Amino acid sequence: MEVRVQNVRKEFDRFPALHDVSLDIRSGELIALLGPSGSGKTTLLRLIAGLETPTAGKVFFGDTDASEKTVQERNIGFVFQHYALFRHMTILENISFGLKVRPRSSRPPAGEIRRRAMELLDLVQLSGLEKRYPNQLSGGQRQRVALARALAIEPAVLLLDEPFGALDAQVRRELRKWLREIHDRTGHTTVFVTHDQEEALELSDRLCVMSQGKIEQVGTPDSVYDHPTSPFVFGFIGESSELPVTVENNELWVGGRAIGVPAGDAQPGEARLFFRPHDVELVEHDASLAGVVSTNRRVGGTRRVELEIGGAGHLVEVDLPFDHPAGEKTRLAFRPRRWKLFPAV
Amino acid sequence: MSTVASTAPRRAWSFRQPSVIPGFGLTLGFTLTYFSLIILIPLIALAVRSAGLGPEGFWKAATDARVLGSLRVSFVTALIAAGVNVVFGTLIAWVLVRYRFPGRRIFDAIIDLPFALPTAVAGIALTAIYAPNGTVGSLFAPLGWRIAYTPAGIVIAMIFIGLPFVVRTIQPILEEVSHEVEEASATLGANRFQTIIHVIFPSLMPAILTGFALAFARAVGEYGSIIFIAGNIPFVSEIAPLLIYIRLQEFNYVGATVIATVMLLISFALLLAINLIQAWSRRRYGYGN
Amino acid sequence: MATKLRAQTKRRHSPTSERRSVQLLLIGIAVAFMAITLVLPLYSVFHEALSKGVGAFFAALGEKDAQAAIRLTLLVAATAVPLNVVFGLAASWAIAKFEFKGKAFLITLIDLPFSVSPVISGLVYVLLFGAGSFLGPFLKSYGIEVLFALPGIVLATIFVTFPFVARELIPLMQDQGTGDEEAALSLGANGWQTFWRVTIPNIKWGLLYGVLLCNARAMGEFGAVAVVSGKIRGQTTTMPLQVEMLYNEYNAAAAFALASMLALLALVTLVLKSVLEWRFGEEIAAGNH
Repeated sequence: MEVRVQNVRKEFDRFPALHDVSLDIRSGELIALLGPSGSGKTTLLRLIAGLETPTAGKVFFGDTDASEKTVQERNIGFVFQHYALFRHMTILENISFGLKVRPRSSRPPAGEIRRRAMELLDLVQLSGLEKRYPNQLSGGQRQRVALARALAIEPAVLLLDEPFGALDAQVRRELRKWLREIHDRTGHTTVFVTHDQEEALELSDRLCVMSQGKIEQVGTPDSVYDHPTSPFVFGFIGESSELPVTVENNELWVGGRAIGVPAGDAQPGEARLFFRPHDVELVEHDASLAGVVSTNRRVGGTRRVELEIGGAGHLVEVDLPFDHPAGEKTRLAFRPRRWKLFPAV
Repeated sequence: MSTVASTAPRRAWSFRQPSVIPGFGLTLGFTLTYFSLIILIPLIALAVRSAGLGPEGFWKAATDARVLGSLRVSFVTALIAAGVNVVFGTLIAWVLVRYRFPGRRIFDAIIDLPFALPTAVAGIALTAIYAPNGTVGSLFAPLGWRIAYTPAGIVIAMIFIGLPFVVRTIQPILEEVSHEVEEASATLGANRFQTIIHVIFPSLMPAILTGFALAFARAVGEYGSIIFIAGNIPFVSEIAPLLIYIRLQEFNYVGATVIATVMLLISFALLLAINLIQAWSRRRYGYGN
Repeated sequence: MATKLRAQTKRRHSPTSERRSVQLLLIGIAVAFMAITLVLPLYSVFHEALSKGVGAFFAALGEKDAQAAIRLTLLVAATAVPLNVVFGLAASWAIAKFEFKGKAFLITLIDLPFSVSPVISGLVYVLLFGAGSFLGPFLKSYGIEVLFALPGIVLATIFVTFPFVARELIPLMQDQGTGDEEAALSLGANGWQTFWRVTIPNIKWGLLYGVLLCNARAMGEFGAVAVVSGKIRGQTTTMPLQVEMLYNEYNAAAAFALASMLALLALVTLVLKSVLEWRFGEEIAAGNH
């Protein structure tokens, strides 16, 4: 089922949470809504679910206008950060709940409900725990039950709100892989919210980066990482270093020196240069960015060097292999291999 | 760290864990002494008096027709009152927790009135209201219904004193029921009614049962607010605590002791039941205090 | 835009709430129930108290026996409350700051008086100190009267108000843990200094809250005191007992005048209690109401 969000605006007590957001979600894809807290990603997810009503705009499921439907009628699967399992029901009862509350006309017979619930329990690898209560499971197990419960109603769209946010790092990584597998097997259109860029990059087919109630960029993880369209996205996805530069004669200048980076089609004047700390090359003689090493730390397999560039004391970071001889120096000169130029603010 | 652990003497049983904080002996000693003097020894005196009767004497006194009549009046009215309180107490807790309306905070505060208002004051006030010439009593008098001076009056007084127990037990649990659980239920297709019946009520059940037991226990033992409105006719509207009082006035200590013992045994059984409900719900669901 | 907003909310209420019409209905029922069971009795106390005019009201309060009852009530509360405060502090210190065997059982025991009927709370002291007991005649030979005298009234009052301070402080102090005290001790403070300068400031609002509830009950206790007081007019009648005597003598206006003083006390208690809850909610309770 494809989902179209059309010019949606949402205000909470006149405080705008989403400004005129539009997003097309393709059938069967796994899309991540990524952004810092307060970016509106959860609000967007809840609007798709029908847990919130938009102030303006519409949400379409396929060709039908879902804005007219209640959350119950939308047939969505929603997974909450804190699981939201029914504590007084066994695992099996939790999973069967969505089928049991259907009106008699569309409710499967009891045996069928049970069979389906057991099947799902098997899918989420929790067979044998059907008689337990949520309180008796670990966090990771609870979240898997929550997913099985959401899948039981055969949802048109699966929506997950920070599904791994309450789990510790180890379990998180396991569940991430496992969610990808489940998605590949069941093929549900899936939207998940996360503030963890690594999670979004690893898990999603496409990601939608949000900030301050707006969508900043939508694309595959690679294209967003390689071609960020705004300083925010560049800074938010992956590591980044930023430096104010001047564009003149189709070249970039810092502190009155050309740094050997062509300006492309950028307008002359002030600009902001962005690059990835690991995407640099050290140079000896040519025009380059040169700076004084202010700190120098080994982080696992790389050495992170912080450089002070120019008189204004701008700090940038570059990564070297941890055993690179340049790591010993007090001055370094380098050029970014790939970079992006944005207009000055 | 591990060396400390391994060299520390491992005692099979110790009364308390070591602590750097002083005053354990003093405070626990005072607590136990004070408790013994004020509560324990007097209660033992009661137990000794009743044991002195022997099983036969006790049984004879306990099954005296008027005693049984008063116990029946007390328990039946308390059961009805606790039932009414569970229904309205749950509704009030729901309204106070979930809805916003003008005066909500004032009503929330006034729920505790029965805790703060002396029972004798409540008793005469209720009597004034429900007497045949009172504000409410006069509405029912033309229909031939009497409330004050009948068992119905006892129920009214018991509702008054029991209400806060139900509301105050359910309120915190209801606040704890997360919004997300209700949203989860809605996303799974349950309508509001189904969510309330299948999701919210079951999680309130331990609190409702506890509130019921507390209101019931309080109502059975209540004296001050009831005696004014009850009419106090033996076998009809004479409650057990009043009969204890009457026996004492007659210097019939044996009679008083026997009724008291029976009531105490029942309230301790209730207390045990409340503790079991809470322990069970904590173990099973991880909440419910 | 405002109209558009309203139109949308009208079309669909939040999935985790009820339709406004349902809400209003439920609020209406709850408010009506609270108004009839709680507000009406409170109102009627003051209404009846002033039914014979302000002059009669003050005359009733100025009456010699009424004055004696007020003095006795204040004296009883002034004795019973501090004793229970000391007990509450000691018990909560022992229970919250230390780990020892049987702690949970001790907490249950402290709540025990709540499940004892007030009449029985009085009865146990009659059995302990009355005719036919060992202690009563023994003390009498030294000229000490317990029953039908001040000591008996104080004892019965302590019994019924026994848990109030302790049950407020125990969860609060358990929640606060021992970190602050350990820090103070490590900085060289001794036990008393730690208690007065660290613990007391941490629990002061909770303590005040407990004292408030304890005092309300102490001043208003009726059943237990009725049993032990002997109701000697002008000597062993507390305010609630005086209210009863006046009421039984068909002097309703005077009874309500005195009752209105107790109702005022209840109102002040409720107001202070609410203020404490609103201002210092976190510092009062470890989520226990």
